[in-house]
Amino acid sequence: MTKSTKILVPSGVLGLGFSEDALIQGLKRQPDIISIDGGSTDSGPFYLGMGVSKYSLEVCEAEWHLLMQARHDNKIPLVIGSCGTCGVNAGVDMMFDMTVRIAKKLGHSVKIARIYCERERSEFQIALSENRIKPLEPAPQITQDSLSKITHIVSSAGVEPIQKAIEAGADVILVGRATDTALIAALPLLNNAHKGASWHAAKIAECGAFCSTNPSSGVIFVEVDETGFTVEAMAQNALCTPETVAAHMLYENADPFILLEPGGHLDVTDATYTALDARRVRVEGSQWHSSDTYTVKLEAAKLSGYQTTLLTIVREPNYVAHIDDWIEKLSRICNTKIKQSMTNSKSTHSIDFRVIGKNAVLGELEFSESLAPELGVLVIVTADSQGEADDIAMLINPYLLHLPLSEDEPIPTTAFAYSPANSSRGAFFEFALNHIMKLEKPCDGFPLIIDEV
Amino acid sequence: MASLSELTHKIRSKNAGPFWVTIDLFCEDDAHYKRVRDGLTLPVIARCLLIPENLVKRFEIDNLKVIKVSFQRKYFQGSRLDRDMHGAQFAFLLEQLQID
Repeated sequence: MTKSTKILVPSGVLGLGFSEDALIQGLKRQPDIISIDGGSTDSGPFYLGMGVSKYSLEVCEAEWHLLMQARHDNKIPLVIGSCGTCGVNAGVDMMFDMTVRIAKKLGHSVKIARIYCERERSEFQIALSENRIKPLEPAPQITQDSLSKITHIVSSAGVEPIQKAIEAGADVILVGRATDTALIAALPLLNNAHKGASWHAAKIAECGAFCSTNPSSGVIFVEVDETGFTVEAMAQNALCTPETVAAHMLYENADPFILLEPGGHLDVTDATYTALDARRVRVEGSQWHSSDTYTVKLEAAKLSGYQTTLLTIVREPNYVAHIDDWIEKLSRICNTKIKQSMTNSKSTHSIDFRVIGKNAVLGELEFSESLAPELGVLVIVTADSQGEADDIAMLINPYLLHLPLSEDEPIPTTAFAYSPANSSRGAFFEFALNHIMKLEKPCDGFPLIIDEV
Repeated sequence: MASLSELTHKIRSKNAGPFWVTIDLFCEDDAHYKRVRDGLTLPVIARCLLIPENLVKRFEIDNLKVIKVSFQRKYFQGSRLDRDMHGAQFAFLLEQLQID
């Protein structure tokens, strides 16, 4: 009988925080590996577009220090995926530098594996011409224009590149973009644990203690064997129950039963969730189905302009009551002025007025008729350059402050909360791909580099 | 008629990747679950969200007493006209929805 594989997941993402006591509890279970995620697309296209991290480097370094010490004390590998939030090569390099810095500080000698996941635009174009790129539903259109504006393309690694690093004896494994689940499923699958259970355990544990009664406690422990897996939260005040565990399969998943992964899909339709005691849940019956072709998911962000925003607050009751008329007039006058004063006739700028306190979030779907005493007016200007976005915002600024509802009334003054009322937001990005790419071999395009420091 | 907030004990909405939003409706007991399951049909959902039915997926998860609704975003996450990056406010739209 193959021995079970024990995986400790400190939290849903590095930088989010976890209970140190719970980490110690987890280490007492003698895990075979520590796996943690470093990011996702959850915070939007900006991070991938710019290739930067969302979380504070300082906070990440403090947490990584604790995990490197834990790895060293227990002589087990430590793996992180989606380095630097978005998984670009610079994110892997950032984590590599951090790992070297901490290893030196702690006096550890460490074998560090780096797995890069970024794809050159030229590689993508070749794959496109070879018909190896397929859209998922719904996918943004790929055009010459969108391709030229893409700043970064990453592909989500499956378990194979990570397994290669584990087999090479790496102590710390830094993966660019990887599926959240691959980081956790890699070792049990390498140990010939049940395939469905390995992937399902990974999905349940990928957000840390989100699958328990106390999501913010972070640390989760899963043990995968030949027939299923057992999950337990490590914080004393966090319990895994059949309901909390099963419900996590729904979280951020469009399909509650099927999870697409590189090389196949997980089907949990027949999974059973049984309480072993008040803290632990046993899961069996999940199925893995291998696919004929090996595909990885691609993510990309494209530069879609530059933004400047303005914000004011309207408190005068008559203006609050007639806010739609006021916005309509404001929009009309500003657009006319912009047309008169702007020389760039090819400009693709847009101005979006959102009334906070009325329907800024739900827009046309808003059902509430209740009127707030004051309303915020958020103006979002998007243009082809920062200069153009700033110019348009500067033109809007005096009207936003002083535009009267009708001609025969005194000039009003709305409430600017700060100076200047316009804020330059810099580059604006949009997601540009929801596609999969067929690979000949699972490790194609995921170069592995190993260093000993 | 009753509102979904009265018939469920929790409704949560979240982005599922940049292109989908998914809403989970948790029911307290079988009677409430059955009522939500029978009342919250695909056409009712599509009308509430003002999107075509073919962009909506609806799942019944009997053992959890959950109805799950996933739909393709009209505006992709973080795109120019997107108003709610994480799509969590759709839960409040469904809470007020009246069903038989």
